[in-house]
Amino acid sequence: MIHEYYLSLTGWIPGPLQYFIWTMMKIVLIIGPLMLCVAYFTFAERKVIGYMQTRVGPNRVGPKGWLQPIADALKLMMKEVIIPNKSNRYLFLIAPVLSLAPALAAWAVIPFTDTLVLADIDASLLYVLALTSMGVYGVIVAGWASNSKYAFLGAMRSAAQIVAYEIAMGFALVGVLMVAGSLNLREIVLHQSGGFWEWYWLPLLPLFVVYFISGVAETNRAPFDVAEGESEIVAGFHVEYSGMGFAVFFLAEYANMILIAALTVLMFLGGWLPPVELAPFTWLPGLFWFGAKTAAVAFLFLWFRATFPRYRYDQIMRLGWKVLIPVTLVWIVVIGIGKFYTPFSFFFG
Amino acid sequence: MSILQLSFYAFSVVLVFAATMVVTIRNPVKSALFLVLAFFSAACIWITLQAEFLAIVLVLVYVGAVMVLFLFVVMMLDIDLARLQAGFTRYLPLGSLVAVLLVIEIALVLYGSFGADKFHNPPLQGAQYSNSKALGVQLYTQYVYAFEIAAFILLVAIIAAIALTMRKRPDTKHNTPGEQVQVRRADRLRIVPMKPEKPAGSEGAES
Repeated sequence: MIHEYYLSLTGWIPGPLQYFIWTMMKIVLIIGPLMLCVAYFTFAERKVIGYMQTRVGPNRVGPKGWLQPIADALKLMMKEVIIPNKSNRYLFLIAPVLSLAPALAAWAVIPFTDTLVLADIDASLLYVLALTSMGVYGVIVAGWASNSKYAFLGAMRSAAQIVAYEIAMGFALVGVLMVAGSLNLREIVLHQSGGFWEWYWLPLLPLFVVYFISGVAETNRAPFDVAEGESEIVAGFHVEYSGMGFAVFFLAEYANMILIAALTVLMFLGGWLPPVELAPFTWLPGLFWFGAKTAAVAFLFLWFRATFPRYRYDQIMRLGWKVLIPVTLVWIVVIGIGKFYTPFSFFFG
Repeated sequence: MSILQLSFYAFSVVLVFAATMVVTIRNPVKSALFLVLAFFSAACIWITLQAEFLAIVLVLVYVGAVMVLFLFVVMMLDIDLARLQAGFTRYLPLGSLVAVLLVIEIALVLYGSFGADKFHNPPLQGAQYSNSKALGVQLYTQYVYAFEIAAFILLVAIIAAIALTMRKRPDTKHNTPGEQVQVRRADRLRIVPMKPEKPAGSEGAES
């Protein structure tokens, strides 16, 4: 309906340009609320961790502190962007962009509801995996271009960590696509319909756990935050960044967290589907269920940060290579057997 | 010119530029980063050919994993550019001979069998066409033996690489996580009963 109104309003524009503007408007409609979510996710983090440590968190700016993220953003925008003298100027400036762009581009294929998706492409699962694997370049380039020991150490740690956990993540996704029989995120969600016991968290429980742990590791969050490691290497890869450059890294980290939470919801927790296909649950729109589940999973990131101490580097590598990857390999075989032996096929649908 | 052609030329220009920079730029890290750009542009061109599976896997494997490891190594190397360039004139004759040979070989292969008129465009597939599915069916039915053999060769390569580099070094501190987890207080801590150093009642006088 809105589309028809738009077409009647802009009939004088040539076709491709009209389509381009329409798509751009849709992108703005995704990125805008996403950025707002990111801003208030930082606020939620400070509040949640505050209450977990019996503090109240920020409560000075605006009513109950609700304008704190706006104030933070304004402050960071006003600050001078310092480029270190011996740094590699262009790479130093492009690194934050390299880290934010994949985090935002991945949202193009996320289905918010059955119909609300920007690009319903065939291999959207692979697309998301490819884009999340590119986020590491921002970190590596930032660490190298800064020409600083701490930044470089952070970048090296991050590179090793992301390569290790990406394999576990990829294998977890192989399990999902084996059970769903599709690479399309929308179809994967539709295949889980029927109630919360039909969602993939149950038949794919080990993969669900592995995927989420790998997701936490890929976003460099506590307890896997050795790339930033405040107590060891100050701020790791972004130690030389100030003002907006720092803010963009910050945005990328939080956008990535929300992305991992959304993907976990889509692949293991039934996406926009209500937990029970009964009257009071089905009245609420799918967007609500998607948002609520994503928020619940995103809350886990904050909870982890307040609970777990940081892993040692060799422990991270051991967990990734010697625990998570073997678990996924075994479970892929289990799924394969389950799908083709009829007594178990009810479980792996 | 259609959007498809326009994007093809745009990505091709970036690809050729990036590939040229890979071999001409002096800094090895920047060279590796340009190689990443070249891979990415190639993936974009594959997308315009409706080969989305190949394109995404190119990004996933080469950009997301191989080049990260490559950069990891290149950044760790201490490359002395002056020493690398020192032998340039010495190796120039041999190098240019190899280059000329390569150009002649490529020309012999391409001459007469390459050109826009020799190959017709692949037919455009409909919206229902799934490149991933088509590739999967081909790989696991018609080419399954070749596929499996390739996989085994890779497995052998992995095992060989690990076997070659695995060696016991006596000077590294190696700890066993299982033992670390099972440590109890009694293994590390000994509580010694001890008489106070000062006689009772003398604290008050000092403070």
